[in-house]
Amino acid sequence: MPDPLTHSLLAGGALLWAMTLISLGLFCWKVAAYGRVLQRARLEPRWDHLPQRLRLFATNVLGQKRMFEEPAIGAAHFLIFWSFVFYAGSFWWNLGRALLPMLPVPFADEVAWMALALEVTGVLGLAALAVAAVRRYVFAPPRLEKSRDATIILLLITLVLLSSLAGGGFAYLANPRSWRPVGAFLAGIFSAAGVTQVQAGSLYLWMMWLHLATVLGFLAYLPYSKHLHLLASPFGVFFGALQPGLAPASSEGAWKLEEFTWRQLFSGLACAECGRCDRACPAFESGTPLSPKTLMHDIKMLVRSNGADFAVTREQVWACVTCAACMTRCPVFNEHIPLLIEMRRHLVAQGEVDPRLQTALMNLTRYGNSFGQSARNRAKWTQGLGFKLKDARKEPVEYLWLVGDYASFDPRVQAVSAAAGRVFERAGLNFGILYEAEQNSGNDARRAGEEGLFETLRDKNLAALAKAKFERIVTGDPHTYHALKNEYGRANGVVHSTELVDELIASGKLPALTKLDATVAYHDPCYLGRYNGVYAAPRRVLDSVASTVVEMPRNRANAYCCGAGGGRIWMEDAPTGKERPAEGRVREAAGLPGVGILAVACPKDLVMFEDALKTTGLEGQLAVKDIMQLVEEGSRSHATSAP
Amino acid sequence: MEGGIWVLAEQWRGRLCDVTYELLALGRELADGLGVPLQAVLLGDGVKELAASLGRADAVLYANHPALKDPLPEPYAEALAQLAAERKPRAVLVPLTNVSAGVGSLLGERLQASAVNFCKDVRLKDGRMEALCVLYGGKIEAAIAPAGEPVIFGILSGSRPAEKGRGAGAPAVEEVAVDLSPSQVRFKRYVEPEAGDVDLTQQDTLVGVGRGIQSQDNLELAESLAQALGGAVCGSRPVVDQGWLPLSRQVGKSGLTVKPKVYLAAGVSGAPEHIEGMREASLIIAVNSDPGAPIFNVAHFGFVGDVLDLLPALTEAIQARKA
Amino acid sequence: MNILVLLRMVPDVVEELEIAPGGNALDLDALRMILSESDDHALEQALLLKERHGGKVTVLAPDAPEVDDALYTALAKGADRAIKITDIDEALSARSLCYACSQVLSSLPGLMPADLILTGAQAFTDLDAVIAPLLAYQLGLPHVGIVSQVAVDAAAGSVTVLREYAGGVRAEIEVSLPAVLGIQSAEKPPRYVPVAKVRAAMKSQKIETAGVPVMADGGMALIQVAGMVKPEAAGHAEMLEGSPEEVAGRICEILAARGLLQEVR
Repeated sequence: MPDPLTHSLLAGGALLWAMTLISLGLFCWKVAAYGRVLQRARLEPRWDHLPQRLRLFATNVLGQKRMFEEPAIGAAHFLIFWSFVFYAGSFWWNLGRALLPMLPVPFADEVAWMALALEVTGVLGLAALAVAAVRRYVFAPPRLEKSRDATIILLLITLVLLSSLAGGGFAYLANPRSWRPVGAFLAGIFSAAGVTQVQAGSLYLWMMWLHLATVLGFLAYLPYSKHLHLLASPFGVFFGALQPGLAPASSEGAWKLEEFTWRQLFSGLACAECGRCDRACPAFESGTPLSPKTLMHDIKMLVRSNGADFAVTREQVWACVTCAACMTRCPVFNEHIPLLIEMRRHLVAQGEVDPRLQTALMNLTRYGNSFGQSARNRAKWTQGLGFKLKDARKEPVEYLWLVGDYASFDPRVQAVSAAAGRVFERAGLNFGILYEAEQNSGNDARRAGEEGLFETLRDKNLAALAKAKFERIVTGDPHTYHALKNEYGRANGVVHSTELVDELIASGKLPALTKLDATVAYHDPCYLGRYNGVYAAPRRVLDSVASTVVEMPRNRANAYCCGAGGGRIWMEDAPTGKERPAEGRVREAAGLPGVGILAVACPKDLVMFEDALKTTGLEGQLAVKDIMQLVEEGSRSHATSAP
Repeated sequence: MEGGIWVLAEQWRGRLCDVTYELLALGRELADGLGVPLQAVLLGDGVKELAASLGRADAVLYANHPALKDPLPEPYAEALAQLAAERKPRAVLVPLTNVSAGVGSLLGERLQASAVNFCKDVRLKDGRMEALCVLYGGKIEAAIAPAGEPVIFGILSGSRPAEKGRGAGAPAVEEVAVDLSPSQVRFKRYVEPEAGDVDLTQQDTLVGVGRGIQSQDNLELAESLAQALGGAVCGSRPVVDQGWLPLSRQVGKSGLTVKPKVYLAAGVSGAPEHIEGMREASLIIAVNSDPGAPIFNVAHFGFVGDVLDLLPALTEAIQARKA
Repeated sequence: MNILVLLRMVPDVVEELEIAPGGNALDLDALRMILSESDDHALEQALLLKERHGGKVTVLAPDAPEVDDALYTALAKGADRAIKITDIDEALSARSLCYACSQVLSSLPGLMPADLILTGAQAFTDLDAVIAPLLAYQLGLPHVGIVSQVAVDAAAGSVTVLREYAGGVRAEIEVSLPAVLGIQSAEKPPRYVPVAKVRAAMKSQKIETAGVPVMADGGMALIQVAGMVKPEAAGHAEMLEGSPEEVAGRICEILAARGLLQEVR
């Protein structure tokens, strides 16, 4: 068996050293250049919660968890990833051995178990690559970017594996050894093709050369390609957002490279342009100019051009509904929403705001609600209740009920508030509201890019909360819930009304509920479900008040947004020729056999779906009801005051 | 004649505006109630023949001057002031329209006399004149008792039906001289609105949209209804300012005055500037989510509710009927 | 260009207007004040002219509740100087206000001579006078009101405006500077300024105050409010009740009864 080191091409190792140094040099130089570009951006420390980050890394990089959401490619990618990692590891082993022959270490493929492992991962890897190729080029899912660079990289990986396996075959032909079944198999083929033992020895060296050269070339090429995904994504996950979708820390907005944070820009580099975000995005599906994947691409180009090329348009920035479906699906934890919020902040700072949004923001600033009604009208809805709600500004209560804007001012949702009020009363709760002191939570103002307005509303609400005496806060509005829980700095003591009702049922305070004889489908609100993980409580409550509860095809973390979030309920909808998100969602519900009720747990969902029923003509077929309305109906036997 | 009631005849581009007759009708009542003469003041350049239709008044004072050719407040107020200083009327009724805007205020200042704006009516109370005024966009009505004489009343259009101000016979016309310096503003030309596809003043049915329509998208709800009714869509100023409707569809003070058989006010608040343009419709049906919207003061029928719900419901009901 | 803008706060009709016990004034406790709409347009027009021609915009406003907010907002939008006029009885006398403003304008250093003085064409509180022509008269300046477009010819020292009449007809009028313009609507709707910028203006900029040298006895004594009422909104219209579908049916009946539901031509 010829010693690779005496091979004329490897004589003195000088050529290999040269290739290695050039390759590494090119690699490090380009990575450093990227580093310098990112250094121009704003700081964003992401070293917090290290144990959590390590867990995230283990699950999502080593375990490839999110990839398995699309099972076929998930399995294939898992295999490609691990075979690549394994081969990368063995490459360094071989390279080290080749460059430093004085080391008393054999080549990797000379060690029996390594040789077997290399063969097994090589075969599995190639099979997975074949599956991936068929999916990519024959059965491509929508929005999968078939970029040239991605193709080149796939070919290079294939070549790395093939050259190693072929080399193993030639090595076996030259020098048969055990623990090398694939090598043996290939040797048989080569020998049948007329390759002699001597030739095999030489061909083995050529294959080793090819293998090493391919990897070195790959290493050099990688940072110059557009497919930096391989390098960047593990870091993206490690430095990812521990809670997806939260608004970035207060800033003046971003439109130029140095105004974004390094982590926001990094998303462009980590992106593999797989298209999962686009497939989940309601703005994209309803035909708006926004594509989260294209956004990542544009950020990548911004970084690659060192800030010169920025192709993001205003229409794209404003189209987002901040449902966070993109960020929840993204396997590399890209930061679509923070990027969009930063850009919105910039546009707001310039005064470039849709006129209807402008009206809503001015109303919020002046009246504390987006409806432009006097703050004094906030509690007018309580007049139809039949009993007086406690004023939490004046007397202590156990539950402070933050009703929310839509639930207070929109006539359709006022009925839900009345229902909720009756339920709380029947359960014997000690609860009250803040009357005129309550302001809009500011969640959507923040997501529309009006950070200053958010701070004003937050501070006013916090001041009102500080003066009131209560144990817990309950709200039927997921946007309010999310803001209070995550962005006001009050981690504890906030429950959604369905969570509270769940507790009340469990503790017997709402016993013997009568079930409505109906088939009900539940729509998970984005800010309750995807953002805050509340899935079980609303379902348990529904099970108590409805005879049949079914899941929407897209449910839980995959629930499809109604399209109202991110301030979009306040903006003009440009006609796109496609269905609006709410329309698609009600059709989804109506398509389920026997479903007569679409149950919601968010005021905006109620409003959006009721409108959608009209525009799709499904009004007679499907009704939209808030869970609290169903609970109220089911608890009428407890009624102490007239409904 | 001293101590009469004066009405400023509103003359624009060679024609007398309807509001002139409304003011003559009102002025006639006041003059008869006080037992004093009613005089119309006609200002302009070469428009003497217009005086012939001012017969409701007892006499016409006609001042001809090149500076009075185009309606501007300064020369008009100055001319009135000179005449009033000599002849001492008890009250001067000035139209509160775009054409005569500012005349009343300058006249009051020039004569150091009381001036009252936004009058929807002037009545006599114990021999004294009291104005009923519209404030805050129609949300409050105030009774105003002006002190001293003369009093300058700025009268909103619609105080009286114009027919009551048209007189039988031609009045006595007295040509009077006024001393006016050339105007400091130079009138260059009139700019006509772009010819719209539709002449609103010829429509029997109009669907008027206001801010309550909320967005340009929702205009199609109004369009569908207008189509079902065989009419056209028009709008108040805010809607035109936003660019949702062209200027040729604006109804109101700066826009058109329309008198259709039916005017459906959809999401229109009813500020005086818009009411001025449509209050003479034979049938006014108003929809607004604000129960206190001033439009309900002029509408014959009203509904407090969501415009965006009612428009499609009404369109459907009409189409069902015709089917 | 040196542009002055006169702003006024008026009652915010979004709030229920209540009448004070005396019956001839508004209940001030129940009141919130907001910048008069056409004054907002006047400010926007001034800022647009500043962007086009350079110069300075000074805003002035009589003292009233929430006026500081309006002045800081004006500064945040791009005005250079804000002056609050104190010691004015802000009741219904636009005339008194006019006298006071003309005195302040003439007496405060750095204001006059101005190239343009802009204010709203009218406010719904102008019971006894319209400010724009009156102010011009007192300052001895030319005036054009109900303006919806302003084109400045700096070289000629004049401005050409579009002034609204009726039926959508407007007139092109030219006037030499300095002049007073009553703005009906600016060329663009009033711009949005983020809350953060207004807060920054509150921290970094100051509102000057100016008292009125001589409290003029203007038009207030000349008119008296004998009584105020809230018009009975339902007094005129017959109100229809029910769901939109029910009301739609009722309206159809009303139209049909008058022969108004004919075939579409």
